[in-house]
Amino acid sequence: MDYLITEQQTMIRDLARKIADEKIKPVAAHYDETEEFAWPIMKILADSDLFGVYIPEKYGGLGGGILDMCLVTEELSRACGGIALGYAGTGLGTLPILLHGSEEQKQKYLPDIAKGKRLAAFCLTEAEAGSDAGSIKTTARKEGDKYILNGTKQWITNAGEAEIYTVVAITDKAKGIRGASAFIVEKGTPGMEFGKKEKKMGIRASATREVIFNNCEIPAANLISKEGMGFIVALKTLDTSRPGVAAQAVGIAQGALDCALEYSRTRVQFGQPISSFQAIQHMLADMGTQLEAARALTYATARMSDSGAKAMSKDSAMAKLFASDMAMKVTTDAVQILAGYGYMRDYPVEKYMRDAKITQIYEGTNQIQRNVIAANMIKEKIKK
Amino acid sequence: MNIIVCIKQVPNTTDVRIDPVTNTLIRDGVESVINPFDAYAIEEAVRIKERCGGKVTALTMGPPQAENALREAISLGCDEAILVSDRKFAGSDTWATSYTLSAAIRKIGDFDIILCGKQASDGDTAQVGPGISAHLDIPQVTYVKKIEEISDKLAKVERMTEEGYDIVQTPLPCLLTVVKEINTPRMPSLKGMMRAKSAKPLKWTADDIEAAPAALGLDGSPTRVVKIFTPQQRKGGEMMSGSTEDVARELTELLKDMVI
Repeated sequence: MDYLITEQQTMIRDLARKIADEKIKPVAAHYDETEEFAWPIMKILADSDLFGVYIPEKYGGLGGGILDMCLVTEELSRACGGIALGYAGTGLGTLPILLHGSEEQKQKYLPDIAKGKRLAAFCLTEAEAGSDAGSIKTTARKEGDKYILNGTKQWITNAGEAEIYTVVAITDKAKGIRGASAFIVEKGTPGMEFGKKEKKMGIRASATREVIFNNCEIPAANLISKEGMGFIVALKTLDTSRPGVAAQAVGIAQGALDCALEYSRTRVQFGQPISSFQAIQHMLADMGTQLEAARALTYATARMSDSGAKAMSKDSAMAKLFASDMAMKVTTDAVQILAGYGYMRDYPVEKYMRDAKITQIYEGTNQIQRNVIAANMIKEKIKK
Repeated sequence: MNIIVCIKQVPNTTDVRIDPVTNTLIRDGVESVINPFDAYAIEEAVRIKERCGGKVTALTMGPPQAENALREAISLGCDEAILVSDRKFAGSDTWATSYTLSAAIRKIGDFDIILCGKQASDGDTAQVGPGISAHLDIPQVTYVKKIEEISDKLAKVERMTEEGYDIVQTPLPCLLTVVKEINTPRMPSLKGMMRAKSAKPLKWTADDIEAAPAALGLDGSPTRVVKIFTPQQRKGGEMMSGSTEDVARELTELLKDMVI
């Protein structure tokens, strides 16, 4: 389907696709097996300027938006959803600065991120604050011109590898969620440590660790926006980043469908390729149709974000929900089409299925997305 | 350090077909790409620039559409591009081509090093690089697999041979042809691609490079292609068995019959 993307976006997509095909596909199984962080690939993405596609030109980027970021994430995910997350996770960690940072903060951090010299990470989740993000316990206490952070963030994507962390912490416990604030913490700050690397079901090339703050002192200038704005920063960040998760899901599903389609044309049973059987054809047709619908919703939401839409919680939740449920279904069906071979690690489809699962979980479980969607639908109805 | 990379636009060899009647390449509808060996020369040129400073100029002789190859060279890190194009160049063999390119290089004037791929994937002659150095009367090192040292005055390189490699030191300016072992070409960058899109390669004609008319194109090409054919597939050999003396005798008789 033609989405009428611009010439520059076509260039971005084609370059990301070339890198995915030539550089990521051959090593995807290796990084899945070893769980290493794919620094050589990050270097290629950096040298190709892909980290800067959504960053304004005045900060060294290419001046595009969320759709540009989605196109890259989708193409990289077609080869490996885990490696793609090194890229997409940096986008998530960058958004608080991009959306709410001061001019000084933007000038200080965005150029290095645009060049891919430093990766970023977003730190919100804690052991007892998952869907209930309002229960975070990490604190930031102001002392003179410093903030002192204490607490442990959990399951942080890019932790240990990234150098720029955007962290949500409580500055005023009495005010509840209005007492949260967002900060920038640089790797290497005394009092900042990383926990053990998690062993995961999928996206195993992505680094997931705890980020531990133990009397970690940061300059007061690292406060993003104002005190008490932490949850607004976090929610706006997630509203903007969710099309990225949707794009990752679309890419993973496309990778699995490509494999299944190719396999069905070469696998011969009962004297003919299995693609000639209607049972397989109908599966392929459903997979392709659902995938295209998810892609259309993802791009539409990304474009809405790029047009400067203020309220888009419902829309970005819909894109993330639909695309990730689609990815789980399509990757499961891809394994079914490859059947016994699909279940073996010799073929990549079982990895796509494992990688797809996280997209239904992170940046808000799909149950939370449904809450958000329904709450907004009802709110809109009442307003009318 | 001023570096010149000579590149050639060739048909993408992954989908080349031969016309069974004329035995020539069918070029219609075949995608054109930068000669794969030249991609290594471009990468090496950009690496030298990154190490020593200076600029990289991509140079090609070809029809107007060869401009696409130059744009790609810019997206891979070349700073400037020159297309030498004129109907008078039509039918050039390797001698006339290397003469024409050397005339263009004389017009560029200021250069320290010229890099070429070891050969083109369509003609496979490996003659144009050495030909340019002969016309310019500068040293050449072919089949370079590593540049060990490079300074304003000289280059020390490893030259691949069938048995191993030679270490060759040459004064600059010089011409090097490179093999694929020398590096892994990088991916294009988006900023490079955008620069390439708006770049306007210089276009030089035969008059611009002040080339001698008689040395150009078909007239300037001593090579005559008498016949092009696809060699017949060799049939399998004949096996002989028996005692050594019997086999030797049988073989001698056979060779006598064949009048070899």
